[in-house]
Amino acid sequence: MKYLTLAAGVLGASAAWAETPELTVYTYDSFVTEWGPGPAIEERFEAECGCDLKFVGMGDGAALLARLKLEGARSDADIVLGLDTSLVAAAKETELFAPSGLQADYDLPIAWEDDVFVPYDWGYFAFVHGTDISAPTDFETLAESDLKIVIQDPRSSTPGLGLLMWVKAAYGDEAPEVWAGLADNVVTVTKGWSEAYGLFLEGEADMVLSYTTSPAYHLIAEEDDSKTAALFDEGHYMQIEVAGKLAGSDQPELADQFLQYLVSDAAQSVLPTTNWMYPAVTPEGGLPEGFDGMIQPGKALLVPNGEVPALREEALDEWLTALSR
Amino acid sequence: MADRAVALSGKTGLFAAALVAGLILAALVAVFTAADLGAGLGPADWAAVRFTAMQAVWSAMLSVLLAVPVARALARRRFWGRGALITLLGAPFILPVIVAVLGLLTVFGRSGVLNQFGAALGLPPVSIYGLHGVVLAHVFFNLPLATRLLLQGWQSIPSERFRLAGQLQMTPRALFLALEWPMLRQLLPGVAALIFVICLTSFAVALTLGGGPRATTIELAIYQAFRFDFDLGRAALLSVVQLALAGAAAVAALWLIPPISLGGGLDRPLRRWDARSGGQRALDITVITVAALFLLLPLGAVVLRGLVGLGQLPPSVWQATLNSILVAGLSVMVLAALALPMAGWIATRRHGGVEAIGLMGLAASPLMIGTGWFILINPVLDPARLSLPVTALVNALMALPFVLRILVPRLRETLQDYGPLTQTLGMKGWALWRLLVLPRLRPQLGFAAGLTGALSVGDLGVIALFADQDRATLPLQMYRLMGAYRMEAAAGAALLLLVLALAVFFICDKWGRWHADA
Repeated sequence: MKYLTLAAGVLGASAAWAETPELTVYTYDSFVTEWGPGPAIEERFEAECGCDLKFVGMGDGAALLARLKLEGARSDADIVLGLDTSLVAAAKETELFAPSGLQADYDLPIAWEDDVFVPYDWGYFAFVHGTDISAPTDFETLAESDLKIVIQDPRSSTPGLGLLMWVKAAYGDEAPEVWAGLADNVVTVTKGWSEAYGLFLEGEADMVLSYTTSPAYHLIAEEDDSKTAALFDEGHYMQIEVAGKLAGSDQPELADQFLQYLVSDAAQSVLPTTNWMYPAVTPEGGLPEGFDGMIQPGKALLVPNGEVPALREEALDEWLTALSR
Repeated sequence: MADRAVALSGKTGLFAAALVAGLILAALVAVFTAADLGAGLGPADWAAVRFTAMQAVWSAMLSVLLAVPVARALARRRFWGRGALITLLGAPFILPVIVAVLGLLTVFGRSGVLNQFGAALGLPPVSIYGLHGVVLAHVFFNLPLATRLLLQGWQSIPSERFRLAGQLQMTPRALFLALEWPMLRQLLPGVAALIFVICLTSFAVALTLGGGPRATTIELAIYQAFRFDFDLGRAALLSVVQLALAGAAAVAALWLIPPISLGGGLDRPLRRWDARSGGQRALDITVITVAALFLLLPLGAVVLRGLVGLGQLPPSVWQATLNSILVAGLSVMVLAALALPMAGWIATRRHGGVEAIGLMGLAASPLMIGTGWFILINPVLDPARLSLPVTALVNALMALPFVLRILVPRLRETLQDYGPLTQTLGMKGWALWRLLVLPRLRPQLGFAAGLTGALSVGDLGVIALFADQDRATLPLQMYRLMGAYRMEAAAGAALLLLVLALAVFFICDKWGRWHADA
């Protein structure tokens, strides 16, 4: 039995030598679809690394983190790509990630000071609406209006959580009153982004919580300019999507190379029209046509990563109280 | 007495039941062992439990009560398109929830047909969002299913009884009391329990149409615990509550079922001589029309929207379609191996309480089963490699209670009616199955296989937890399209899904009704 194991070990090892190295990247579903950024990024990176890049897609950012926690240190993943700023603190708590040691010249509205995670794209949350309505200019006018909105549940969706943080960042202790005012505008709350956006397109609501870049999709992919996003005076909450290297990776150099590649022009130029977000480092050719027409928030809001978990508890309670009445 | 009426061995059935319970409990135990048990359930969790139970009771009661006149009307009338309508009854049930919800909103939504019609008449808009919306959607999903199950009951009444009723010129009321009510008493509790359990695990429908966090269900709390809080202990506790509620409902309902039989017949094609008066005819026509509209308008919306998107389907959808067919085929096979022995075992018992074990698969959160098995498989194998078999297995577990509900009443009746004869002939084991049980259950088997296959095609279930890019099923691919703004392509995929599931259902059901006039 022992010899058998030994033989298997030797054979396995020699097989591994012969193979090209494999880099496993866990990411969310929509990244790896044929219309997402995955295929182009894989092709370009494989051409320069002489390795096999394997994307494993699963659910959304929260599902990614849950999966990683389930697998723990045994995980096959070398890189996790697709967590966002609201999950960074929880991700660090797992102690599964290693510092990236990467410095890049980010074009983010805020300074990026995290040494573990590498931001690759970002966006502002915003209420998307048809150009046929006159949009409110802040949460208070929205609350006073008769406009109907559909939002995502912060307990099951990242944009939903983003909205919670947005109100909290803009209004602090007055957040409960803002939510109480918004309660009669909320048509319904959905499980995830897709359901909410689908409901909005069906005409169930005047506005839907999405991103400032959402109208770019309709404009570029569908040549439809009937959608726009409402510019709020309080500022807009940001979502920054990040990637990180796992401490238990068996390909640490390759992982570093991938992170470096992720913020290079080659990868960044793919993101705007596949992920429909702003690239973290604006590529040399600038943004694709259509992105320049998107609204430009005057103020970027972001709760520091470390404060998110505690604030989330508080904000969630306030939200539940206001909307359960 | 009834326990010993036939020589149908209970051993395999007992084994199958133990296997089902084992698969689910293993997952539960795995989640519990991976968790550090913190605090128990908070007041918010108990509010979710109360809301879940309340909407499930309403949905089950209404679905079942409304299904009685619909099934009765369908059983009494023959008309052009009846077969197609009965096949379409399976449709709402197998649609991915978001597709069905969007279909419903085209009719009942803020800018839906009903409100536009109302606005034209100067009526104020009616909002679908709230408890009534949740119940409406659940009735949309489950009324057709309940109708199908009850229709089976009507078809199991021997043709000779109706002929006798016709000769005696029984009034509809007398006929109801003499023939239909005893049959309904046997079926209604089980069907109601089944729908109660289906609605117990509702999440996206309840939240979307419930209009906000008031409509928080246990399943949502489980999802939150698994995904966002990663609180495995709480997730497992909530799963236990869900299982306990389902178990209690099932045991109570199944205990109510009286072990009576309407007696055997000669299996002549069913013909009806009753209910020929104008009033009865008008009643049936109204009931069938209203039910068909309720069913077909939202489905029509799904089809129309889908036709637009068919041209935009990306190639990966076809791979996903193949995967879905594969999963459906596997599910039907797994299910046949589990359900037949279990049904045999249950049918020979005087009380059907043990059928509750079958309900466990439906009552357990797919997320819990998926996570539990992920924890168990992960140290040994890459779970992605097992994604399709695991999905097939979980789908089969979810379909098990429906299949038992379809098979058990007919099987019990068969055994009661033919028990003494088989004993005299000394028939047992395989011969008994081959010569008596399987031929007599053929329509039920076809229906059950069709339902399982269709459910399996449409289910998202655990695949999302295990699958990688190459093993996505059609519903998962549809959600991915939606998640990438491609709503039209997603609608196309939904139509494809609907057609595929209905085709699976139709083929199996047709096989079952080969020589039957129904």
